[in-house]
Amino acid sequence: MHEIKFKVNGVEQTASVEPRLLLVHLIRENLSMTGTHIGCDTTSCGACTVLIDGKSAKACTILAVQANGKDITTVEGLATAEGLHPIQEGFKEAHALQCGFCTPGMMLRAVELLEKNPNPTEEEIRWGISGNLCRCTGYNNIVTAIQYAGAKMRGAELPSTEPEFV
Amino acid sequence: MIKCKTSKAIGGMGHSVKRKEDARFIQGKGNYVDDVKLPGMLYMDIVRSPYAYAKIKNIDASKALEIPGVVAVVTGKDLEKYNLHWMPTLMSDTQMVLPTDTVMYQAQEVAAVIATSRYIARDGKEAVMVDYEPMTPLMDAHKALDADAPLMRPDKEGQTNNHIWHWEVGDKEATDKVFADADVVVKEHMYIPRIHVASIETCGCVANYNKVENHLTMYMTTQAPHAIRTVIALVAGHVGLTEEKIRVISPDIGGGFGGKVPVYPGYVIAIAVSFLTGAPIKWIEDRSENLQADSFARDYHIDVEMAGTKDGKIQATRFKVLADHGYTDASANPSKFPTGLFSIGTGSYDYGTAFMEADAVYTNKPPGGVAYRCSFRVTEAVHAIERITDIFAKEVNKDPAQLRFENFIKKEDFPWKSPTGWEYDSGDYEAGLKKAMDAVEYDKLRIEQAEKRKKGKLMGIGISTFTEVVGAGPSKDFDILGIKMFDSAEIRVHPTGKAIARFGTKSQGQGHETTYAQIVAEELGIPYEHVQIEEGDTDTAPYGLGTYASRSTPTAGAAAAVAARKLRDKAKKIAAYLLEVSEEDLEWEPGKFFVKGAPDKAKTIQEIVFAAYTNHPPGMEAGFEATHYYDPPNLTFPSGAYICVVDIDNETFEIKVRRFVAIDDCGNIINPMIVQGQVHGGLTQGIAPAMYEELIYDEQGNILNGTFMDYLVPTAVESPSWETGHTITPSPHHPIGAKGVGESPTVGAPPAIANAIVDALSVYGVTHMDIPITPYKIWKKLKEMGKI
Repeated sequence: MHEIKFKVNGVEQTASVEPRLLLVHLIRENLSMTGTHIGCDTTSCGACTVLIDGKSAKACTILAVQANGKDITTVEGLATAEGLHPIQEGFKEAHALQCGFCTPGMMLRAVELLEKNPNPTEEEIRWGISGNLCRCTGYNNIVTAIQYAGAKMRGAELPSTEPEFV
Repeated sequence: MIKCKTSKAIGGMGHSVKRKEDARFIQGKGNYVDDVKLPGMLYMDIVRSPYAYAKIKNIDASKALEIPGVVAVVTGKDLEKYNLHWMPTLMSDTQMVLPTDTVMYQAQEVAAVIATSRYIARDGKEAVMVDYEPMTPLMDAHKALDADAPLMRPDKEGQTNNHIWHWEVGDKEATDKVFADADVVVKEHMYIPRIHVASIETCGCVANYNKVENHLTMYMTTQAPHAIRTVIALVAGHVGLTEEKIRVISPDIGGGFGGKVPVYPGYVIAIAVSFLTGAPIKWIEDRSENLQADSFARDYHIDVEMAGTKDGKIQATRFKVLADHGYTDASANPSKFPTGLFSIGTGSYDYGTAFMEADAVYTNKPPGGVAYRCSFRVTEAVHAIERITDIFAKEVNKDPAQLRFENFIKKEDFPWKSPTGWEYDSGDYEAGLKKAMDAVEYDKLRIEQAEKRKKGKLMGIGISTFTEVVGAGPSKDFDILGIKMFDSAEIRVHPTGKAIARFGTKSQGQGHETTYAQIVAEELGIPYEHVQIEEGDTDTAPYGLGTYASRSTPTAGAAAAVAARKLRDKAKKIAAYLLEVSEEDLEWEPGKFFVKGAPDKAKTIQEIVFAAYTNHPPGMEAGFEATHYYDPPNLTFPSGAYICVVDIDNETFEIKVRRFVAIDDCGNIINPMIVQGQVHGGLTQGIAPAMYEELIYDEQGNILNGTFMDYLVPTAVESPSWETGHTITPSPHHPIGAKGVGESPTVGAPPAIANAIVDALSVYGVTHMDIPITPYKIWKKLKEMGKI
């Protein structure tokens, strides 16, 4: 067993873990934070995406021991006392989620994307989230949600989220 | 523009109100089955067969049982003692829970390991030693009826070959005659391959049997919790687990698409083990297990023919299907429909003669025949008719849009009786196609295409004008295991005018918590925000058959409207009493009754409901609640006109979907934002089988792409930016004039894409390609044709 020390959503945590324990299970089972999901066993779907020191990473392919000394952000850490994170607001406004299973991972991936590129084009967004699968939305509205969040974070004019279903 | 009868604050039909369920999902507070954690819970993992067809000579669990934390290893022989080693399928066939002697497909469940953690369960699984004697599997449906084919189901009395059933509909003699006399006959063989719904959440459960109370609580990923409760009672009644002792809870579901309708062996093993140990048992599939062993969709070999005149009038169609069902018929169809609703395949066209037949066979593939976001085999049928219509257009040298206009059923001809027995409720196919052609600028595209062709560039335009059939279904024809396919709503309005409504369906992302609230808001004028929606708990929700086949709005949505109208009738009586007028003097506007000619003399719905608890009229029952079980008089027939534009690279044959315009008609629209979202998602599950997805097996029965590394679910990069729109032709028989919509795009998109690709390749003389159409398949085809 290994003793590890890390931060999750700003809170110091310690854990005694088997070397083989996956980070996603540390988060879900040991810490009972179930917003981080598991959708595959091959690092393909991105449902388990979290931020490690600000970088998006798939928690199903990282060992818990690798989190030692790291600062992890999960979906539970996005909202603050002031309210929802712009990406959360964007997902709701633009109807960018249906079943909600891929949503936490998709949002965390988008947070890093916007951190690096505050005003991405549609193509940059599509490539930027291509490591995260969504089976429900067809991605159109996820693109809009990320544009919305980017605009909000830059203080720019918000794009329309009205359905173009005319 | 969609006209709304209610204010935005009430948020009835037609308003794009934001979803109520989103708050928990965007904050990581959804409650999916793997989030359920109970005290003393044990974990189950499943040993699976590496062979497609083999005798089990021995199962040695001793090494597994030596691992600290492994509690038990369960085999078919163990279940046999309780007569739980086989279970019925929804199509009245039988399926192994765990095998006692033979495995019938690769990845079949062979034994279950129960342990104190999921890691130890996996260790135990690796340590179980199974001695197999492999046999040569039957993987080709075309060889299933050969004299030397191995007999797949010797366990079934009287089963002497691998034929499951024969089905037919239509007038064979009349059809043969039209074909014999026709100017033009076109035919094509089409294979609609085996694919998998691959919802991002896999399947799983927590079975919690309480020995003291003799009570089972089953948390599971199911689209039909009530039906599952009844099935469990039918299977386990003999061990004392009767229906009132079973509670099925379907928590938040991470996508269903049909894959969460069947009962999988894992669920049954978990129940059996919880029953025997008294501990809660959690079983969660991993992705590879999900792709390799859960029910598949499609796998239809179709010969389709069309007869017509040389000036392009369709006169008849003939379909012959060979259906590969794997080792058991575990389809999820209504009982009387072995091919599902395949007989919708005569399409949107006005002709009176058709004949369809199908034969199903057993092979060494996993069981199934579930939907992939479609109303029971409609996708296979629509693909065949929309492709053969294009082939016919080419043969008679007509533009495929023009040929469709000339053959459409006219809007004034509805209700329209199809040659295979359906009565289409309503439609305006011409308006839809016109709108799609205007949006895409069809004529300009054809000019551009002609110019590109001169320069040797490959560009294609494909059309699909499909008719769907959803909302199963009228009780005279539709049942599952004898239970009629009605659905239900129960509305309770509290004294302060806020409501809770419960349903027999179960959302898996469709947004029922919002749209059902909007239906109640529309009918009662209570703001949608004050209508709480609950589904998925069989202890509290009224009985219903669940959510699949786009049936929620056609059935439970209708039930909500009818139940709300019962309440409005009661409200009218109370209002008349309060205002001291007769009921005939009252008029309704959303949210209140007022006296005709004196609009100031009014009672709001909130005042009326309060009175139902505090001051109800003498002789009237107190309270304000209603339940309705809605038995639809007919199915609903949504339709769509889709146009796809592709560019294909001349050298790599990479296919780029440049534009995709989808005009859907689902009748009256409850929430345009949600309908559009459904269409986007459905279209993406349309491009998926058209260009990317297929489960591939080799001759030994090995699945060659059973993980997300190689089963290609489209990402945001493969998915085009969808362009959507609508026409509205209300369903005349549905209480709110709505039709289903969630699956239309999955049904309608693949032939539009295939037609576009074939149109691009028609310069080489290509007339058909089977889906998924990939650059490699194009290269291979052109090579075979000697064109490159």
